[in-house]
Amino acid sequence: MKSLRNTALGLTLGVAGASMASMASAGELTIATVNNGHMIEMQKLTPVFEEANPGITVNWVTLDEGTLRSRVTTDITTRGGQFDIMTIGMYEAPIWGERGWLQALEFGEDYNVDDILPAMRNGLSHDGNLYAAPFYGESSMIMYRKDLLDAAGMTMPDNPSWGHVADAAAAMTDKDNGVYGICLRGKPGWGDNMAFLTTMANSFGAQWFNEDWTPALDSAAWNHAVHFYVDLLNNYGPPGSSGNSFNEILALINEGKCGMWIDATIAASFVSNPDQSQVADVIAFAQSPQAVTTRGANWLWAWSLAIPAGTNQAEDAQKFIEWATSADYIELVAETNGWGAVPTGTRQSTYDNPNFQDAAVFADAELAAILSADPENSTQNPSPYVGVQFAAIPEFQAIGTAVGQQMSAALAGDVTVEEALEAAQEAADREMRKAGYY
Amino acid sequence: MNPTLVRWLQAPSIIVLFLWMIVPLSMTIYFSTIRYNLFYPERTGFVGLQNYEFFWTDAAFFPALLNTLILVGSVLVITIVLGLAIAILIDRPFRGRGIARVMLISPFFIMPTVSALVWKNMMMDPNNGLFAAFANALGFTPIEWLQSVPLLSIIIMVSWQWTPFAILIFMTSLQSQDQEQKEAATLDGAGFWAQFFNLTLPHLARPISIVLLIQMIFHLSIFAEIFVTTSGGPGVSSTNLTYLIYIQSQQAFDVGVASAGGVFAIILANIVAIFLIRAVGKTLTV
Repeated sequence: MKSLRNTALGLTLGVAGASMASMASAGELTIATVNNGHMIEMQKLTPVFEEANPGITVNWVTLDEGTLRSRVTTDITTRGGQFDIMTIGMYEAPIWGERGWLQALEFGEDYNVDDILPAMRNGLSHDGNLYAAPFYGESSMIMYRKDLLDAAGMTMPDNPSWGHVADAAAAMTDKDNGVYGICLRGKPGWGDNMAFLTTMANSFGAQWFNEDWTPALDSAAWNHAVHFYVDLLNNYGPPGSSGNSFNEILALINEGKCGMWIDATIAASFVSNPDQSQVADVIAFAQSPQAVTTRGANWLWAWSLAIPAGTNQAEDAQKFIEWATSADYIELVAETNGWGAVPTGTRQSTYDNPNFQDAAVFADAELAAILSADPENSTQNPSPYVGVQFAAIPEFQAIGTAVGQQMSAALAGDVTVEEALEAAQEAADREMRKAGYY
Repeated sequence: MNPTLVRWLQAPSIIVLFLWMIVPLSMTIYFSTIRYNLFYPERTGFVGLQNYEFFWTDAAFFPALLNTLILVGSVLVITIVLGLAIAILIDRPFRGRGIARVMLISPFFIMPTVSALVWKNMMMDPNNGLFAAFANALGFTPIEWLQSVPLLSIIIMVSWQWTPFAILIFMTSLQSQDQEQKEAATLDGAGFWAQFFNLTLPHLARPISIVLLIQMIFHLSIFAEIFVTTSGGPGVSSTNLTYLIYIQSQQAFDVGVASAGGVFAIILANIVAIFLIRAVGKTLTV
């Protein structure tokens, strides 16, 4: 009965995929991936892999983040078998690994698995088994306009407090000339506004769930953090913040409209690139702000490659992953496009490389941020979940999205912070009850 | 031809159409009554109406229902009124009428996601948008469209996409209007409005009902514009039933609850359809 159910559902959900999913013949790898720059580069370099491994051909299915997530999740939960390799994040890897849906990865001596940064390995493992290999990783940090801060007669320490950030934002804001002291994410979504807001709440001593899995959104720490966030953006942020996510703010900062931005370290390479940013030469970096703790103050994320359990091409898939996440691959990208364009955030050897240090002004700040993130201990008080800016449980996507909508309503001024948090707590409680946590 | 034979000859296509409808419908109803979450394959079993209750008691359910109806209603009114006005305007021959018609129809051929992105980033953006530039030039503070009036913004986007559809249908039906009747009415001293209400509107009754029904089917399930621009926010102010079902199926991966939401959507569509057909049904009788 269950297999029939899954077949039926697979048929319903797989109609879109069916046209693309061919029953893979021997030596053919089908890889699902996300449409960002580093992944597109990997596709361009695929012929190098195919030449070194005659008999293996690689087919790519490239999708945007949201579509990719729903396609691979549907495929793996219904045992669809459309893909031999899936691109997944740090949220999926531990959950799927625990459920036995992914094949544990065993690498040879040459791969040097110890070179992968410990935070990344921990975040992609479950019970000591590595279930996904990081292709590139990121944390979050402050990117700020040094020229505006100098003009205001202020400095930015390496580890500023939220109070200092608010003072700096006030000093840099010049609304008549369209310069806003601080730009932060506001668009609702567990990976949009909640990724940032969770790190901020962590630094105020908040957490998603108590030890008994009851949601902790009604705590004083959340209230304090969200009030601070809403006031900060309403006083010193750009108009329309509740619709802004990564790309919108990147455009604003590149036009010189933001004094500060706290977001993914990957953004550092864009804002410091003179080809696209008007403020490339005046951007400087600092670690994410803290309030009462530095724990969980900056997020940790990695786009990684994993093999679904039960694929017929396990051996070839393992070969490809080994190639794409190796130190040699990073060298290959450097030879092709220069050291400024290599996938970062995965291996210590990248940051030790003097060529990379010369090419990337943000290297030290990014490494410090990644090394300070610990998915196992990301909250001031003990919490039962793994993950910095999310809780690695299946219910989190729906909860994070519902809470994100409430936070955007508070930011837009439709409801008070108290009302928003109350509604958020209720939504989280419903989902946790339905899932049978208590 | 013998009627029995006719029935037999029609049967294959009717049976295929029936299956086309009944298989997905029964699967949706079946899924909506079982415990079925993709993340917990080991949890199974019949749960009766529990999934419906969970969907129904969601704090976002009634706002979403209301938003769905407001969206459909507003877009229908706007597109019909504007479509009629523009179709009558371009009914008379003038220089460049062909080009004007093509330009007026073209928004209909733009993908909803693309149009939503253009509206969001180029028109309504409070920092770099066209509306903000106008407001600044006139000395006003720009409206934060997607933050202050999210539902209205979505209505504007969808209306812009669908008014051309109404224009197209009305324009072609106006061409079949009896010109001699109009001339006679003019000679009898009937003004523009008298002609509009007594000749044009009755002539357009059937195309109007077609436009109403077709658009209703599409607008009950508006998704792309919301997904791209507001993600249903701020709060749930631009969440409709479709978006709520999307959250249950693609974020919570709860097929049971999402199917229950789907059944609600089917019921709602039928209620709206019954009302609309009652209202315009008279014109559809042959």
